[in-house]
Amino acid sequence: MSANVLFDAPGPKARRRNRIYAAVGTLAVAGLIVYIVLRLNTTGQFAGYMWNLFEYTGIQQRIENGIVSTLEAFALAGVCSLVLATVLAAGRLSDHAPVRWAATAIVEFFRALPLLILIFVLYASVFSPFWALVTGLTLYNGSVQAEVFRAGINAVPRGQAEAAYALGMRKTQVMLTVLVPQAIRSMLPTIISQLVVTLKDTSLGYIITYEELLYAGRLVAANTVTPGGYPYVPVVIVIGAVYIAMCLALSALANWIERRGRRSRKGTPPVPDVLESVVAQSE
Amino acid sequence: MDVLTHNFGLFRHGFLGTLALTGVSAAVSLVFGVLIAAFRVSPVPPLRWFGTAWVTLLRNTPLTLLFMIAVFVVPQILFPGISYFALAVGALGCYTSAFVCEAVRSGINTVPLGQAEAARSLGMTFGQTLRIVVLPQAVRTVVPPVGSLMIALTKNSAIAGAFSVAELFAQQKRLSELGYNILAIFVWVAVAYLIITFAISGLFRLLENRMAVTR
Repeated sequence: MSANVLFDAPGPKARRRNRIYAAVGTLAVAGLIVYIVLRLNTTGQFAGYMWNLFEYTGIQQRIENGIVSTLEAFALAGVCSLVLATVLAAGRLSDHAPVRWAATAIVEFFRALPLLILIFVLYASVFSPFWALVTGLTLYNGSVQAEVFRAGINAVPRGQAEAAYALGMRKTQVMLTVLVPQAIRSMLPTIISQLVVTLKDTSLGYIITYEELLYAGRLVAANTVTPGGYPYVPVVIVIGAVYIAMCLALSALANWIERRGRRSRKGTPPVPDVLESVVAQSE
Repeated sequence: MDVLTHNFGLFRHGFLGTLALTGVSAAVSLVFGVLIAAFRVSPVPPLRWFGTAWVTLLRNTPLTLLFMIAVFVVPQILFPGISYFALAVGALGCYTSAFVCEAVRSGINTVPLGQAEAARSLGMTFGQTLRIVVLPQAVRTVVPPVGSLMIALTKNSAIAGAFSVAELFAQQKRLSELGYNILAIFVWVAVAYLIITFAISGLFRLLENRMAVTR
């Protein structure tokens, strides 16, 4: 791909040079890793007593509860933000100017605001940590997703809507039967990527003392005393791995959907002209 | 209004803190991002792997966790006694650099194939092709996405306030703990952020217009 565009298939001289670069690069990267590992070792992070804590069922339970709370907040916020996004996108595409303005104002306001500040204000005014987190995530991600939806609907070729209107459909029908199904297909990868962001942002709950994964980890690390100090390194490694695994699983879903979408569009076997319209419909 | 006039010093301190944090982290993320993007398209496999690992790890880790690592782990292991500001710049810069890298890489992909081929047929090396022919063209497509990344960076800088760096969110927290009306503080903090983000989007629109060419 892009890598092959920028340089030729290397000849003997270039191959030798690339081998030297590769060696130097490997040494540099390996050196960095070795240095960090050595520092971890000299500060005693690999000692058994630093990792013992994961053997206690109480601590396992606490981390498990953290994962469950994270997923709870994510699931509720994800669903609510998609619902809100649908409403806001419909508002932004409305034929009535005041509705359009109101939706635009809401979207622009919540997109421009740092999510943490929004969550903190909700928390400090009336909400419990859980609802502050969910409401904040819903308002912010709902606004972002609304723009994604709108972009998706606007990206459907103009002729599609024109044809539907020409058939005498009303706006709602045009939207629901013609534009939205096509838009969702092209926007699904982006929507899921934004859901990954939502998942990552649940960790902001840590700051308003919602007991999600990061909070649980911090609590575990700060309450365990070992001869080598607080076990932040082991806890961060474990929790980081859990977060990365959750996000990668969602991203993998987005990639899979994108690949599937591409395949069905490009990979249709060549068909005679007569059949083409039938195939196009069935897609 | 009272909250602002009575505590103008605090607000100014927070505003300047956010500006400084955003500015320095933006510089760090742009340098790292372009460097890692160059790694990812380079002919040297170990560097490509390093770039891929960097981007995958950082893009899938919550920023709050990075801040936790920066504040609780890094001083203990790598740099004892380093300031919170530097740690926050490290966390924000590294996190954003992964996104900048992906933006630059997709920008490189939009440069027509013939450009790189022509450069190669003139006998340019990989470094020359990238520096003289491809990157200058890629920059134009990359300006708008990097602009929104910088706005996201500004908003993300609020998290630093929760980890003892003096900026707008930290001042908001402080004032609300002092018993001021939380909504009044909120309005002024929101206005401050809007000023910064509008300035950034204006700056990037200017850049975009200056660099616009027909291709």
